[in-house]
Amino acid sequence: MPLAKRIIPCLDVTGGCVVKGVNFLNLQNAGDPVELAKRYSDAGADELVFLDITASSDNRETLRDVVEGVAKAINIPFTVGGGIRSESDARLVLCSGADKTSVNTSAVENPKLISKLADLFGQQCVVVAIDAKRNYSKQKEKVTVETAAGECWFEVYTYGGRKPTGIDAVQWSTKAMELGAGEFLVTSMDCDGTKNGFDLDLTRAISERVNVPVIASGGAGKPEHFLEAFTKGKADAALAASVFHYNQYPVSVVKDYLRKMGVTIRP
Amino acid sequence: MPQVLIVDYGVGNLLSLKFALEKAGLKAKIATQSQKFKEADAIALPGVGNFTAAAKALNSVKQELVDAVEAGTPILGICLGLQLYFEASEEGPGEGLAFFKGKNVRLTGQVKIPHMGWNTIQKVEQNELFDGVADDSYVYFVHSLYPVPADKEIICTQTEYAQTFTSAVASKNIYGTQFHPEKSGDVGLQILKNFAQIVSR
Repeated sequence: MPLAKRIIPCLDVTGGCVVKGVNFLNLQNAGDPVELAKRYSDAGADELVFLDITASSDNRETLRDVVEGVAKAINIPFTVGGGIRSESDARLVLCSGADKTSVNTSAVENPKLISKLADLFGQQCVVVAIDAKRNYSKQKEKVTVETAAGECWFEVYTYGGRKPTGIDAVQWSTKAMELGAGEFLVTSMDCDGTKNGFDLDLTRAISERVNVPVIASGGAGKPEHFLEAFTKGKADAALAASVFHYNQYPVSVVKDYLRKMGVTIRP
Repeated sequence: MPQVLIVDYGVGNLLSLKFALEKAGLKAKIATQSQKFKEADAIALPGVGNFTAAAKALNSVKQELVDAVEAGTPILGICLGLQLYFEASEEGPGEGLAFFKGKNVRLTGQVKIPHMGWNTIQKVEQNELFDGVADDSYVYFVHSLYPVPADKEIICTQTEYAQTFTSAVASKNIYGTQFHPEKSGDVGLQILKNFAQIVSR
């Protein structure tokens, strides 16, 4: 049996509450993280991701409580990210019960952080999250991809999607892998919140070039989108938030569909 | 309620193992300097991190740990904890606990590494640690190396991932899993309950 494809509900947390925005804006309250975590775990989620989207040093205690509460409530793996800037930030979430930690802005600004965390906690603990947006302007030395909308490259954004960096997401992923990234969480800013499906070009471009698992993120709206992420997008896992939070498609419905379509899925 | 002492070697996630062992019916404590392994009813050797760092960090309690296990205290090694049962690792220098002969080698092949996610276990030898666990059950793995025991008799389960590797061992009071039972949903909980049963005898 091959490794099962993973379905990962994502919980964006701020001030101890789960929120989910559309295109990174207009946050709405979607519930208690521990309660949601338990619900997803019982429903057959393979893993969870928590992103502390307004992470700042003064709410570390809140985050610690949330992480510990979740660790107590569930026995499936979960990743915690958002505002992880240092070894001690990573240690806090890992020692509060998280299995992996994800780094985004801090890794772009200080790539050595990836190696440092990998050395300390093991490569498998280090998820590099990449927020990327299509850029159709021609620029030298970028990895371009032929898409239905024309040739583009994928630009890395930091600070929760607010700051364009000029960095090529595909090139960044290969560099981050060499530094010790154990997994990539690739979010398409173009697709996030739209429910029109994942950016399969983006997911595939990265998945084909790195030898660690890739989680597709941003845009899931129906079970078919997950199937595409695994087939056309070559993702190892697919992540979604609103489609699960508002019970539009429960995890079990998505997994049943995938199994019927021949994807290896954990019961 | 029997007490299980979780070895703390300074890295990674110990709390979820503690919570899971408690759910399985054991009183779980994370070991502090002053606690003696030989006074514990059982020992859990958890596992994330790097072999070399862990081997080094374990040095100060190594003799005590070995003595307790030789005296018959049940021990459950998980992931890196299992790998530390062996003598050495391709991951880097350092000496393991050497409960078993053999070493840890890197996963190879046209597959993504780390082997991260849910995969199935195939039973080689029925062991009470796997009572009530169906063959081909899904469990959660996160690792880049795996142990190659010199003595094949200790192999409990195997898993396929570009190669067939040992995913659990058992010999007398020494139990180990390459996967994370504390992260493996109901299947994992059953394995931990079985361990709790073994400890309670």
